[in-house]
Amino acid sequence: MAEAITQPVAAKRGSSSFADYAPTYGAAAALVLLILANVFLTPNFAALDNFRNILVQVTPTMLVAVGMTFVIATGGIDLSVGSLMAIASAVAAVSLDYGAYPAILAALAVVTLIGAFNGWLIATFKIQPIIVTLALLIAGRGVAQVISNGGQLIPFSNPSFEFWGKDSLFGILPVPVFVMIVIIGLAIFVLRATIFGRHVIAVGGNENAARLSGISVNRTKIMVYALSGLLAGIAGLIYTARLGASDASQVGQTIELDAIAATVVGGTALTGGRATVIGTVIGALIMQIITTSFNMNGIKFSYALVIKAAIIIFVVYLQRPKSH
Amino acid sequence: MANNEPLLRMQHIRKVFSGVVALDDVNFTLERGEVHSLVGENGAGKSTLIKVMTGAYNRDGGEMFLEGVPVNFRAPEDAQHAGVVAVYQEVNLLMFRTVAENIFLGREPRRFGLIDWSKMNREAGEILRNLGLQIDPKAVLGSLNIASRQMIAIARGVSLGAKILVLDEPTSSLTEREVGLLYDVIRRLKAQGTGIVYISHRFDELYAVCDKVTVLRDGKYIATRPLAGLERIDLICLMLGKQREDLEKKGATAFGEHHEAQMPEPLLETENLTRGRRLKNVSIKAGRGEILGMAGLLGSGRTEVARAVFGADEVDAGKVSLEGKPLNLRSPSDAIRAGIAFLSEDRKAEGIIPEWSVRENMTLAALPALTSLGVVSRAKQNEIVDKFMRRLGIKASSGEQKIRELSGGNQQKVLLARWLCKNPKFLILDEPTRGIDIGAKGEIQSLINELADEGLGVLMISSELEELVEGSSRIVVMRDGECAAELRGKDISQDAIINAMAETN
Amino acid sequence: MSHSETLNEINAGAGRSMRAKIGSFLQQQGALIMLLLVCVIGFARYEAFLTPENLLNVLRQNSMLGLVALGMTFVILTGGIDLSVGALLAVAGVIAANLADRGLLVALSAAIAATTFLGLINGLVIAKARIQPFIVTLAMMIAARGLALAATGEQSVRITGANESFNWLGRGLIGDFLPVPILILIIAFAIGWVVLNHTRFGRNVFAVGDNDEAARLMGLNINRVTIAVYAISGALAGLAGVILASRLGTGQPVAGIGWELDAIAAVVIGGTLLTGGQGSVLSTLVGVLLLGVIFNLFNLEGQISPWWQLVLRGVILLFVVVVQNRLTRLG
Ligand SMILES: Nc1ncnc2c1ncn2[C@@H]1O[C@H](COP(=O)(O)OP(=O)(O)OP(=O)(O)O)[C@@H](O)[C@H]1O
Ligand SMILES: [Mg+2]
Repeated sequence: MAEAITQPVAAKRGSSSFADYAPTYGAAAALVLLILANVFLTPNFAALDNFRNILVQVTPTMLVAVGMTFVIATGGIDLSVGSLMAIASAVAAVSLDYGAYPAILAALAVVTLIGAFNGWLIATFKIQPIIVTLALLIAGRGVAQVISNGGQLIPFSNPSFEFWGKDSLFGILPVPVFVMIVIIGLAIFVLRATIFGRHVIAVGGNENAARLSGISVNRTKIMVYALSGLLAGIAGLIYTARLGASDASQVGQTIELDAIAATVVGGTALTGGRATVIGTVIGALIMQIITTSFNMNGIKFSYALVIKAAIIIFVVYLQRPKSH
Repeated sequence: MANNEPLLRMQHIRKVFSGVVALDDVNFTLERGEVHSLVGENGAGKSTLIKVMTGAYNRDGGEMFLEGVPVNFRAPEDAQHAGVVAVYQEVNLLMFRTVAENIFLGREPRRFGLIDWSKMNREAGEILRNLGLQIDPKAVLGSLNIASRQMIAIARGVSLGAKILVLDEPTSSLTEREVGLLYDVIRRLKAQGTGIVYISHRFDELYAVCDKVTVLRDGKYIATRPLAGLERIDLICLMLGKQREDLEKKGATAFGEHHEAQMPEPLLETENLTRGRRLKNVSIKAGRGEILGMAGLLGSGRTEVARAVFGADEVDAGKVSLEGKPLNLRSPSDAIRAGIAFLSEDRKAEGIIPEWSVRENMTLAALPALTSLGVVSRAKQNEIVDKFMRRLGIKASSGEQKIRELSGGNQQKVLLARWLCKNPKFLILDEPTRGIDIGAKGEIQSLINELADEGLGVLMISSELEELVEGSSRIVVMRDGECAAELRGKDISQDAIINAMAETN
Repeated sequence: MSHSETLNEINAGAGRSMRAKIGSFLQQQGALIMLLLVCVIGFARYEAFLTPENLLNVLRQNSMLGLVALGMTFVILTGGIDLSVGALLAVAGVIAANLADRGLLVALSAAIAATTFLGLINGLVIAKARIQPFIVTLAMMIAARGLALAATGEQSVRITGANESFNWLGRGLIGDFLPVPILILIIAFAIGWVVLNHTRFGRNVFAVGDNDEAARLMGLNINRVTIAVYAISGALAGLAGVILASRLGTGQPVAGIGWELDAIAAVVIGGTLLTGGQGSVLSTLVGVLLLGVIFNLFNLEGQISPWWQLVLRGVILLFVVVVQNRLTRLG
């Protein structure tokens, strides 16, 4: 009797990857639709320059959202990313005198440590991530302003630092976009194929079970928030390099909300245990294209907000998990 | 005319889950004052049938009549209003609320539009007393033990005026004494004319309280028989679809004789494990190739011993050593690295990752071994899955099916495989056969036996005394966080265990 | 031995934890103790602290956040979250400012009706489309802010002319000393307390947050409860928005930015669990006051730069949450 049920084993294995990505298809379809609509409706949309521009602009949000995907996969959330961007920006700006690379290293080390501190608080005290990272969102912005002497704009001129924001490789590929693509590739690989990625999702899926299966839940959480801090730091530096100045009171304001929206629009569940980096990439692109196309069509900011909200809900609705 | 009709009649019921036929042309009839059992192997469709009965699932075909009137429940609340109330495998109540609130949720007595708390507590107390229960209606539910919670779920059903009470494996987390209490309640309700549907894998219970039994196999209706006069072995034949002769050779459990008089080579040793008031100076020794049984009431410290040995709880004092070497256990991963494995009793909270496939669940603990340079090998995962799905007879459409879609017993087998695939030196099993059907139980028991013969040490915690008596070479009995007794050889008997468990000093 | 004796014996272990009881008491009162402590510090350090003017001032300044946090408490008790309150507050302020010359009643009811409706939409989408509250209310936050900006052409709306009744709401005094917003705050919390503790609806709110699957199986209409709490949150955010507009004399489309986070912080500091099912409105009031008094002390100190204030606020928030968490885990 059992054969009747067990027999399709071989047939089913091949189709598993379909189920893995199913939540992403809604978002992918929405992205394609959005691009097509813009190609026809928005003048100058289908220009190489414009695509390049979109990619450059989406870079900070994209990097933060990729980190956020890991955090959310464990069932957590990181509201502090915007402030961490500001801290990275401020630290780099005030230490540029020691050279671009020491400044970059110092900035990234600081935000990674703060991220790890987030994770440490969450893991050891078992405090809810939203409240820990909210505290760091508030305090972190203050710290960034303290570092930059009260949130003053710090302009600088340092070609090897500005390279990371302003230059292009082979004259066509902007450096930020290059960095973004490399990080996305790594993130996809890490989450899907490595043991660390499995641990991240196991912790989000059932923390007790993960612990009893020998996974160090605390270490996984600390690493995930540290990773989120690191990626936020990279985002902050790229943004700063592109701007040619550090603006600690403005950098990264409310980026946490964009990043969370992009992650969820891409099909990652806020409850944890299910995550897709590709989905997040698609989600971030959707959000950016909406913004860009509104700008290009001269739609007022206020209306753009309303439409953006409607699109977020619609896409999320498309890919919510089905239940009977 | 309704009076001649049975309480509940279900005909030609069909339920399909994305291609898998869980129920196919199933019939079920329940009379007033009848305790009717549903039996079948893991995955036979018992839980699915009662979920259809209580409106938790919509059926894909068939009819249902309540006292002769056709009904179509679209949600559990519909069923409740009609008098069909279920107490599920996992008790579903509100942990932070009081007993009285749980009983009266949604129909709290009111005065001037506001809740009348004193009346509510008084009435809740009465309802509980009528069932022969002495539970404080003002106690917060989460502070009570599982048995009490289950009674409260039943009390709620009764106070709703339930005509039909459905109990899905109600005893799987109860100890023998608590089971007796449940029987009392069931008999009271039966006398009042309530119809009761009772699912259990424990045959003793069926014969103790049930009048009739309906057998399902692979989603199909097989037979309905009165239990009086039906021999166990015939019932098993119906369940498994085998002939009587095939089965007659085997005993009640598949352990066979495994009593060993002399102490085998020592493997795992604990010394004065102490943790608050839950564990007091627990020292046990387990040998290579030995199945050490552990008995005790709920809360006696059985699971606490297991968790301490596994590094899941920090102890205040005491040592654990394996193969003579002391272990420094700060977390389960330390224990796992040393070669200890632990199958938890709470499948849902501590076992499965519901959204994950069978493959990922099964290989979770073994990942480090399947990984090179941080990358997990899918091929090695598949190898393990193929091997253990076959070896344990796991019923799933494939290794890629989500574990939450499997029946309870098959989930348990996947979790067992999670540990077996690591070739541990010492295996701790907390209620290993809970929710597992009689056929699979035998298979798992003989598997454990086989592993022990190969030199594995096993600590088996169980509430089923028969399983302990037949399977273990020695039995430690826990009481109030202490080792109350150690039985070996000829001293081992169910009576001896019960005496040691219950004795008060 | 009878069976019920058995059960009692088994349950005897449940009464064991005196420490747990003290722990849970402290957890509920932890914020209160801290509030008293902060007040003592204030009293010892600043002469101006313990004056009726200063205390009434603290209360009045925090009355609007208090109302928002009260609504947030209902939402969080069900295990949800409402990020849209700040934006809804702005919507209400803008509507009220536009209608101010028609009198208080018209302005107030129109504004509250609008935000209640938007809250209702939050609840409907969460309940019916089964999308997570975080994302639904995030979208509403964006959309409502957009609406407020669109309706005003991205400008503040000045309330001109004599609008006695409307101005009274934010600036009036009862009996020459009690500011109207404080009275509203007290009444709202009193009603909130009665509703949560003494009505079926209130108990249902707790039930949904405790275990929504269980609540559903127990026959509760979860959707109705969910929709109602978001509507309540919207209504209270609207009320706060109207009071703010009346106090400032303008309806600002950018009002209330970040209030959702302050409100959540106040609720959590008070001791309500974000996971739902446990908490109370009174602890939220304590949480609001604790944050308010700390801020007041910063002002009295006068020396602290805004960015150091940010740092301190974050650190204090962390400190309070950690302490509270330690207390809970005594049990
Ligand atoms: N939600 C679901 N999705 C897909 N398949 C399901 C789902 N629920 C149950 N099934 C399948 O239906 C069959 C019957 O499952 P059911 O839970 O009714 O078994 P059961 O008789 O209660 O077994 P057990 O004794 O192990 O509890 C199983 O093959 C199971 O895999
Ligand atoms: Mg079942």
